Parts: sequence; structure tokens; C-alpha cells
Amino acid sequence: MEVLLEIQNLSVSFTQYERGLRRRTVWGIRDLSLTIRPGEIVAAVGASGSGKSLLAHGILGLLPYNSHMAGEIRWLGEPLTPRRLKTLRGREIALVPQGVTYLDPLMKVGPQIRHGWRDAAARVRSRDALGRYGLGPETEGRYPFELSGGMARRVLLAAAVFSPPKLVIADEPTPGLDARAAARMMGHFRELAQGGAGVLFITHDLELALTVADRVAVLYGGETVEEAQAEDFAAERLRHPYTKALWRALPGNGFLPLDGTQPPPAGGWTGCRFAPRCPHCRPECKKEEVIPYRPWAGGRVRCLNPEGGEEP
Amino acid sequence: MRVWNRRQAALVFFALASAVLLAVALCGPLLAGRAAETDFSRKNLPPCLAYPFGTDWLGRDMLARTLAGLSLSIRLGGLTAGVSALAALTLGTAAALWRRADCAVSWLIDLVMGIPHILLVMLIALAWGRGFAGVTAGVALSHWPVLARVIRGEILQLRQAPYFLAAEKLGVSWGQMMRNHLLPHMLPQFFVGLVLLFPHAILHEASITFLGFGLPPEQPAIGMILSESMGYLAAGRWWLALFPGGALVLVVLLFAGVGERLRRLLDPASIHE
Amino acid sequence: MGGWIPWIGKKLLRGTLLLLGVSVVTFTLMTCSPLDPVQANVGQAALGSMSGEQLDRLEAHWGKNTPPVQRYLSWLSDFVRGDMGISLRYRQPVRQVMGQRLANSLWLLAAAWVLSGLLGGALGVIAGACRGRLPDRLIRGICLALSSTPGFWLGLLLVLIFGVWLRVLPVGFSAPIGAESAGITLLQRLRHGILPAAALSLTGAADIALHTREKMADVMESYFIRFALARGASIPAAVLRHGLRNVALPGLTLQFACLGELLGGSVLVEQVFSYPGMGQAAVAAGLGSDLPLLMAITVVSAALVFGGNLTADVLCGLVDPRIRRGGILP
Repeated sequence: MEVLLEIQNLSVSFTQYERGLRRRTVWGIRDLSLTIRPGEIVAAVGASGSGKSLLAHGILGLLPYNSHMAGEIRWLGEPLTPRRLKTLRGREIALVPQGVTYLDPLMKVGPQIRHGWRDAAARVRSRDALGRYGLGPETEGRYPFELSGGMARRVLLAAAVFSPPKLVIADEPTPGLDARAAARMMGHFRELAQGGAGVLFITHDLELALTVADRVAVLYGGETVEEAQAEDFAAERLRHPYTKALWRALPGNGFLPLDGTQPPPAGGWTGCRFAPRCPHCRPECKKEEVIPYRPWAGGRVRCLNPEGGEEP
Repeated sequence: MRVWNRRQAALVFFALASAVLLAVALCGPLLAGRAAETDFSRKNLPPCLAYPFGTDWLGRDMLARTLAGLSLSIRLGGLTAGVSALAALTLGTAAALWRRADCAVSWLIDLVMGIPHILLVMLIALAWGRGFAGVTAGVALSHWPVLARVIRGEILQLRQAPYFLAAEKLGVSWGQMMRNHLLPHMLPQFFVGLVLLFPHAILHEASITFLGFGLPPEQPAIGMILSESMGYLAAGRWWLALFPGGALVLVVLLFAGVGERLRRLLDPASIHE
Repeated sequence: MGGWIPWIGKKLLRGTLLLLGVSVVTFTLMTCSPLDPVQANVGQAALGSMSGEQLDRLEAHWGKNTPPVQRYLSWLSDFVRGDMGISLRYRQPVRQVMGQRLANSLWLLAAAWVLSGLLGGALGVIAGACRGRLPDRLIRGICLALSSTPGFWLGLLLVLIFGVWLRVLPVGFSAPIGAESAGITLLQRLRHGILPAAALSLTGAADIALHTREKMADVMESYFIRFALARGASIPAAVLRHGLRNVALPGLTLQFACLGELLGGSVLVEQVFSYPGMGQAAVAAGLGSDLPLLMAITVVSAALVFGGNLTADVLCGLVDPRIRRGGILP
């Protein structure tokens, strides 16, 4: 099947000052690779600080001014240049952001969904979009501060599908929602995928991601450490020790916490980022500059001695 | 390839500007004699090599007068900004820590900010009988409200901050709280506020002297020089107004620049380039 | 919505107290002044030639013999009834002097207020929207230089350039000297007002532009602008659709809050251009220790400043949906 979005070796870095006058480079994302096909939901799962939000903003070309991006992003096989991105944003690529702060506090919901379109057809479309997510036409006349958290998410979703997108990037769209509202949200993503769109679902919630995703990419400290099919989890066909630990930490699977913390973004690290917490760490894990991200047992993994497959 | 990164550039600017300002402030007393020296053989000279700023109708060297005036401005600015900042610190802290003082200080701030600045400086200067004491009191007593408000707000915000409340609950002593949380937070703000008071103080001193409420005519103050120059503009003696005023603007800009650089260097959020 | 009337009532009460405070402070400062109003207005030479009896009568006329508290109270009761006293300097009722001067100043102030708001707002929005790029640096540099320039020197420069070198505009006064007040045309008034208004607007515009730029830059960093960009809006479109709307509220507050600065600036500018307005009268009253006139000027100025802030608060309440529909009063 054709590939919608292909990210290869993406890295995002920042220039910061240390105490005093020295400058250093801080990596938010390093060597991240990911592909999304039409009709597919890919979840990018990671703890906070793993580079999830940077990923969303990096794809959309909306990184903060002090950042630097390298690597390649391809859209339908062609490089996604800033120029091309301008024509795609809001038309073929849509963002579903985190919450109500992404709505202009001084503008009514209706005009915000239509963003600039004023004709009758646009009115019908915005009303339809709201109706799709169970919001009545009276919502159009409300200001963002008059919306509940769940309503705000649905308004943002309605804004995203106002022009039918080919790719939906949902950046943590569920925190603060109760389980039922979150499940309804997942249903909406499934609908979008069934309509042929690709969905990149960025979240910290592995359990929620597994209810809807076809594939899961696990992020750790700014790198993709594993890419697995959703069913690999239940079958425990996992490749990277971090993914395994994530899975085991879920309430239904042993509730086993993982010691230690994710390393902070820092300048020019070498070796495996997970090494300090890894039960199978070997000396060479810390020596290699960049641990390669390679295909492994039907998925991909960034580990020198992964599990669930044969040594090549 | 840039030679300096932004922080280094800021530091270099800071050092150079401070040096220039200090030099101007110090050269004033040395030039006092030269500034007052009249010589009718060289009166009304337009700018030339010997007198880059020209001479006035009494044959006084305008460069020397300007420098002496700037020096006076800077020293007076330092004195008044210092007094103002101390007043702001005291009143702001009192308002933040003591409820009853808060009401009074807030009202006082509203009062001082409610009268147009120049008018207030004028009134205070009058109460002190004009002259040097008048300007000093006028400028010093009218510039504290903004900084006081900032300090009050900062302390109030800090006292609400979870980490501060947590430290309080954990039984950290007052001295330690001051040392670990209050001072590191307040000192940079205070210093930046102090430096940024300078340009305002200097401008208002010049303005009030220009209006005739400030320094007496025998002092080589920039406001006085400019006020006198008004009578000679129509006669085409442009240098009397242009250079002294331009030099004053330069000094004010340098101070503003120094304050801005200082703020940038001390602000933790400035780690991003 | 029910909270509006008590809210305005409270504000007005606070304002009245503030004005009372202003008058007390002004009165106290002037009473403390070692400068002798009699000497200032009559002159040393004239005083020397007067007899003791004449002197006593004169001092009684200037109110030197009554205790200050009593003098203040009698001033206050007169003022409340609309009698502002007699100006010592102009030898006319203060009301009359104020009426004339305020009318002259109002032209200047209104022109400068509108011009500085429009110019400063536009420059600030442009600079904030292009933060860090060339237009921003240019605008910021110019505005910083302008706000570091004393208003009177800017006035002197304008006189020098347009009045002395180019000779295209008159250098001062609100009308040609010696002209009958009835014969002054609007065009003449305008020509005489251009330079003072320009000097006053430019300094005001610089401050407004710098403040607006900060606000605009904050708005540009906001999530909703980022979302608008993510939905395909260009930067100019996002600025027009969301930026202006969100910068308008703080801009409105700023525009009204700058009235005090504008009044202060007009004192300097009117002095440079010998423009017969309230600012010039303030200087004359100050130099002549003219207590009644000075009191009236300070109280009226403070009332204007307070009125400006109140108007800003009310307008914000009417415009901001969070206050209008959410019922949260500022």
C-alpha cells in the first residue's frame, strides 16, 4: 500500500545557554523514524519529555523559533518542503490539539471552525462537522470559555475535519477526559481511519492507544525505540525492554513499576538512552554512538540485543 | 561565523556602555572650570575642529558644557534612582507582607500615578524651593510606584507559589526561605528595575530643569542649556540645541540598553537563543 | 450583569477619594514651599516701596495669615460649589482661565491621542507579528530612540527643521501673533498646531508601539495562533483574524492609560511652542506660586487620568466576552 507520511531520521535540536556564556545544543528528538499509511491509526506512545509534541509540531513545520530540524519527511513519496507544507496544512494534514487553549478566547466557535470561510456552504459544513460529534448548532454562538473540556475537544475535532483531511495528527487529545469521553474520542478516530485517513495518535497512555491503534511506535528520550503491531502487545511479542516494561506497568499486566527516570534532553549523548535502566545492559550498549533502528521480527527496534527474534 | 554569541555580545555591550557612562560621569567635575570659561573672542562659533559642539553667545565651549551637564545628569540620576528604588523596595515589601500597609501603599501608588508625572515633579520641586534639592526630591519621590508595584506583585506571587508553600509547611526557617527563595528571585528584578529607573530619572530631571523648576542657571545642566538655546534657534544657532540634546538622548539610550542587557543576562528564561 | 452599578459606584467613590487626596497633596506641597507667592507675583522692587499697611493688606489678600487647614477647607467648599477662586497670576477667575486653556489644549491633546494611538498601534502590531526580523528591529530601534528623547528636545528639533531650515511651518503659538481671535481661520489654527501635535504624538506613539509589540509578540506565541497556522492560515491572515482581536483589549487599556503621560508631555511641548494651553498655564502657575490655578490644574488633570482609566475598564467590560457574558468584573 502507498505510504502517506514517511519520517526518516528526524531530529529536532535547540540552542541553549548553560550557566554563564557557553552555548550548547539540546536534542528534543534524535533519529526518529515513522511511517503512516492511509486508513491506519499509528500511536506514538511516550512519557512526557520523550519528544511527542515536538514530533507533531515538527511534521507541521511549526517548531519554536530557536529550534533546528534535520532529517527527511516525505508526503506521498515526495519530500515535504516548507512550500508544499503551506498548501497542505489545514487541507490535507489536520491537527487535533490538546485543549481549549488552542481556541481564540475572543472569537465565537462557529467562525473559528470556518476559519475565514463566510459563505452559506461553509456554514452548512461547520454545522455538519459539529453535528458529527454530537454538538448542536447553538455551539457555534458560544465562546471557548463557555465550553466544557469535553466539548472543547469535540470542537477542535470538528475544526480538524472541516476540510476533510488525509492525515490527522492528534496531539494528546484526551488528558482530562473521563474514560467514556476518551473512548468516544477513540471511536471518532476509528471513523476517520475507516473513511480512509491516516491518523497519528500521540499519547502517553499506552492502554488507550492499544484500544484503537493498528501500530504503536514507542518513544523514549527523543528516539523511537520500537515499532510493533498492536496485537504484539497482548501476545508479549515485544522487542525492546522499555516497551516490555511499559506493558508490564499496566494495571492488568502485573502493575510492575520501572525504576529510574527518563534522561533529560542533553547535548550529544552516546549509546543507548535506556541503558541506565535496562536489565540486560551490556558494555557495548554504552559505546556505540547511535544504536541503529532496524527491522526485527515484523517490527522495528533500537536495541543491540532485542528479544522475540533470532540473532541475525 | 559570528565572533560572539548573544550572551557574550550582551556582556560586551554592557561593559562598554557602563565604561562610557562612568567616564562621562567622572569627567564632569574636571571640566567644570572649562565649561564656565567665557571668552568673547570666540563667541557664537559654529562647530569646528577646535570646538566640535561650537560655542555659545558668551564664548563658552559647548562640548565642555555638554559633558559637564551630562555628568551632572548621570550623578543626579544615580542619586534619585537609588532613593526611588529603596523607597520602592521598602514600600513594595511592606505592602506584600503586611495587609494593612498594602491598602495604604496601593492607595499611595494610585495617587502618585494619578497625577501626570511632570506636574508631580514640579509640585515636589516647588515644595523644596526649586534648585538642586527640589529636583532631587521631585524625581526621587515620584519614580518609585512602578517598581514598588512590581516588587509587591512578585512577593505576593512567590508566597502563593507551591514550592514556597511547601517549604513553609516543611518548616524551613524564615532566614533560609529568604536566602533560598526570596532573594534569588527578587535581587535580579530589583537591580534591573534600578538601572531602568535611570533613564526616566535623567529625562525628568532634564525636563523639569528645562521648565525652570530645576537646577539654577549657573549649573551647566542639559535642561538649562536647551532652554537657553530656544532664544537662539531663530538666529540659526542650531548647534546650541542639536548637540547637547542628542548627547542626552545617547546617554539615556545607553542606560536603557544597559538595563535591557542586564535583564536579559539575569533572566533564566533567556537560556534559549 | 447585576454587578455593574455597584462596581461603577465603587470605582467612582475611589476616584473621588483619590481626587481629594490629590488636592490635599498639592495644597500641602505648595504650602510647604519656601517660595513666597507675594514676592513671586508682585516683585521685589514693588514690595520694597510699599508701606507696612499696604503689605499687610496684600498678605491678607494672598491668604498668608489664615492657618493652612482653614484655607484648604474654604478652598474645598468653594471648589465643590464650582468656584475655583481667582488666579493670582492672570488676575482672572480660575474657571475662565481653565476654560480657555483647556479648550486650546484639547485640540492638541485629542490630535496627539488619536495619532499616537493609530501610529503606535499599527507599528506595534507589525513589529510584534515580525518578531526578531528586520521590520521588528527597525521599528523597535526607532521607538526606543524616540522614547528616550525628551519631548521638548523633539519639539526643538521639529522647530529647527520645519520652522528654521525649511521655513514651511510656523514655529509656535496657536495662531499668528497679533491676530484678532475672531479672524483666526481654522487653517491657521491647523498650521500652528501641526508641529506641537507631531512632537506630542511621536513620543506617545513610541511608548504605545513598544507596549503593543510586547503584547502582540505574546499573542503570536500563543497556542491559538499556532493552531490557526496549523490549519493553513498564513501569518498575515492569522494576525488579522486572531492577533488584532486579542491585542485590541490591552491596546484599549493602554490607550486610555497613556492620558497621564500625554498630559505631562503637553506641558513640555506647549512650553517649547509657546502654545497657550493648560500645560503652559501650569508652568506659569508653578513659577508664580499661583495656588488656586495650580490646584485646579492638578485636580482636573488627575480627573482626566482617572476618567481615562475608568473608561478603559468599562469599555473592556463591554468588549470582552469573558466579562460581558461570563460576568467576571475586572
